[in-house]
Amino acid sequence: MRIDSRALLAALLLAWVAGLSPAAEEAAGKEEAARPGADWKSWQANNDVADIASVQRGARNFTSYCLGCHSLKYERWSRLGADLRIPAALLQQELLPPGDKPTQYILTSMPPKDAETWFGKTPPDLSLMARARSRDYLYQFLKTFYVDPTRQTGANNLRLPAAAMPDVLSELSGLKRAVFRDVTVAGEGGQMHEQVFDHFEPLVPGRLSAAEYDGFIRDTVNFLDYVSEPTQTARRALGVWVVLFLLVFTWLAWLVKREYWKDVH
Amino acid sequence: MAVKTATGAPAPLPGAGAAASPAKTGFRAWLNKRLPVDEFIASQLTGYYAPKNFNLWYFFGSLALLVLVVQLVSGMFLTMFYKPGEHTSFDSVEYIMREVDYGWLIRYLHSTGASAFFVVVYLHMYRALLYGSYRRPRELLWLFGMLVYLALMAEAFMGYVLPWGNMSFWGAQVIVNLFSAIPGVGPALVIWIRGDYGIADATLTRFFALHVAVLPLALLLLVMLHLVALRQTGSNNPDGIEIKEKLGADGKPLDGISFHPYYTVKDVVGVGVFFVLFAIVVFFVPTLGGLFLEAPNFEPANPLSTPEHIAPAWYFTPYYAILRAVPDKGLGALLLLLSVAAYLFLPWLDRSPVKSIRYKGWMSRTALTLFTVSFVALGYLGLQPAEGLYVVLARIFALIYFLFFIGMPFYTRFEKVKPVPERVTYHAH
Repeated sequence: MRIDSRALLAALLLAWVAGLSPAAEEAAGKEEAARPGADWKSWQANNDVADIASVQRGARNFTSYCLGCHSLKYERWSRLGADLRIPAALLQQELLPPGDKPTQYILTSMPPKDAETWFGKTPPDLSLMARARSRDYLYQFLKTFYVDPTRQTGANNLRLPAAAMPDVLSELSGLKRAVFRDVTVAGEGGQMHEQVFDHFEPLVPGRLSAAEYDGFIRDTVNFLDYVSEPTQTARRALGVWVVLFLLVFTWLAWLVKREYWKDVH
Repeated sequence: MAVKTATGAPAPLPGAGAAASPAKTGFRAWLNKRLPVDEFIASQLTGYYAPKNFNLWYFFGSLALLVLVVQLVSGMFLTMFYKPGEHTSFDSVEYIMREVDYGWLIRYLHSTGASAFFVVVYLHMYRALLYGSYRRPRELLWLFGMLVYLALMAEAFMGYVLPWGNMSFWGAQVIVNLFSAIPGVGPALVIWIRGDYGIADATLTRFFALHVAVLPLALLLLVMLHLVALRQTGSNNPDGIEIKEKLGADGKPLDGISFHPYYTVKDVVGVGVFFVLFAIVVFFVPTLGGLFLEAPNFEPANPLSTPEHIAPAWYFTPYYAILRAVPDKGLGALLLLLSVAAYLFLPWLDRSPVKSIRYKGWMSRTALTLFTVSFVALGYLGLQPAEGLYVVLARIFALIYFLFFIGMPFYTRFEKVKPVPERVTYHAH
């Protein structure tokens, strides 16, 4: 996760300017409501891998909506069950694809060759996606699909323009249209016109409300965050004890040092 | 047998401290007849006198040795599970992270250790810049230290390639390609280094061999030479005074204290503080926001997909910024080489009558300050894309970087220095 210092500076400056007057703040709030999705680049996943229930729901979402195309080739079903405290029987019954054994890795049944024919590329393995692209990236990606008749899949994405992935969650989120505005920018050899995203317009409502869909995505990203490093909860838990031990050790070492150095004048 | 200490004075009798008497019978006597254990302890620890005025900067030498051990031990465990090869490397690292018991801990210790190594080595080298520790009679000590640093850079670079992530691949691509700037043999040399026409399996496996066998052995040998040279000349100190020139009636340096127990107990405190910080990174922020482990390296190496912008690990970025500041590849590579090699000449560039920055004049102080700012700024710029203002800044700081070295024979000779005290500055606590 690299911090873009210029973006950070700009954001800080904007925040400062916006905070100057309550009126400005109010205007910003109104604008946001009027232009849904305008601030998508600042959306954050804010997920918590320690929230087991959320990770469990994410696992359910993954097997229902993602596993058809995407694998988690570094994660075993049994590991998932143990880490998410899902009883073996329930794992077998609810999550495991028929015929798979718990000790197997979480693999899609879609043949890679067919996938490439259908989508133009094999859907990537998602085991490490939360670390490679960041959780916020995944969150923004899954929330910025829009209808685009020029694409083969009928959908496009703000986070990953020209994404090969279809809008598979549209039955939940509903369909939305992206409104762009024409911006003139100075380019090489004179003025250039550029299409800049302005806001989303809902077309067809989905099965979930906006808040429910947001929770759905957050859970899913939370699950992918867990899968990207299944040991992270254990890592933090152990870390607390290690650091406490080292603090005590250092304090004792300092007492010994102080005692010895009393001789030095 | 008479034991000579580094000061030339007779050492205290073998045994821990002067109070212990030599064992004439028993296991210890048996052992000492066959192996000079007590003699070694006496000459290197209890009878080795170090200046008593060491400050915070003097922790980093022992810490560098500590990190070397951390790297050797964690690296040994990693080799038990890591499988070099273009189809196995990435998977085996994930296997270590997920399926090996505490594999994640071993891997994070090693990846954090690599960065920690450079943190302590840079601070250790900076100490030498501050107090003139590279000056006569410590030229060889400094050169061995520099060779340790160069070997460490090679070791870190090759280790970085081993996980075979996408940044491993493209980093190797960029760095190895630098050799093509050598006139004549360059292109052939690059193929010889890679063992293939691109960064490939052959490159990965030979880097593995160098990383786990050749370079660690070279590092150990060089570290040993560095320590032997240190024991020969004795440590410098923040005042830049030779403590051996003021001996007491007992022949020991008046401002010296025996390394053991005084500095061993003190260094253990440093080890504790270091490990607290180290553990915080390992257990809570192992990627350190992409500085210690970069996000693109969680994607397998892909020759068809270049990361948005390629940046080497943070410890190489000052030199990388210098390379990119030059529009011409050959000249850029030459300046990169010179920017690292410049440190080798420090013992002969510094003409000041005093060693320590405490007694140098305003010109040396200003030069060192500007150099420090430049080094840090270049490090930051090396992480940014090479465009616009960043390139302009990189050029300015690169110029200051080189002026620090080029100007040193002049500003150190002509400036007014402060009088150096007879004895070291020390306030008992």
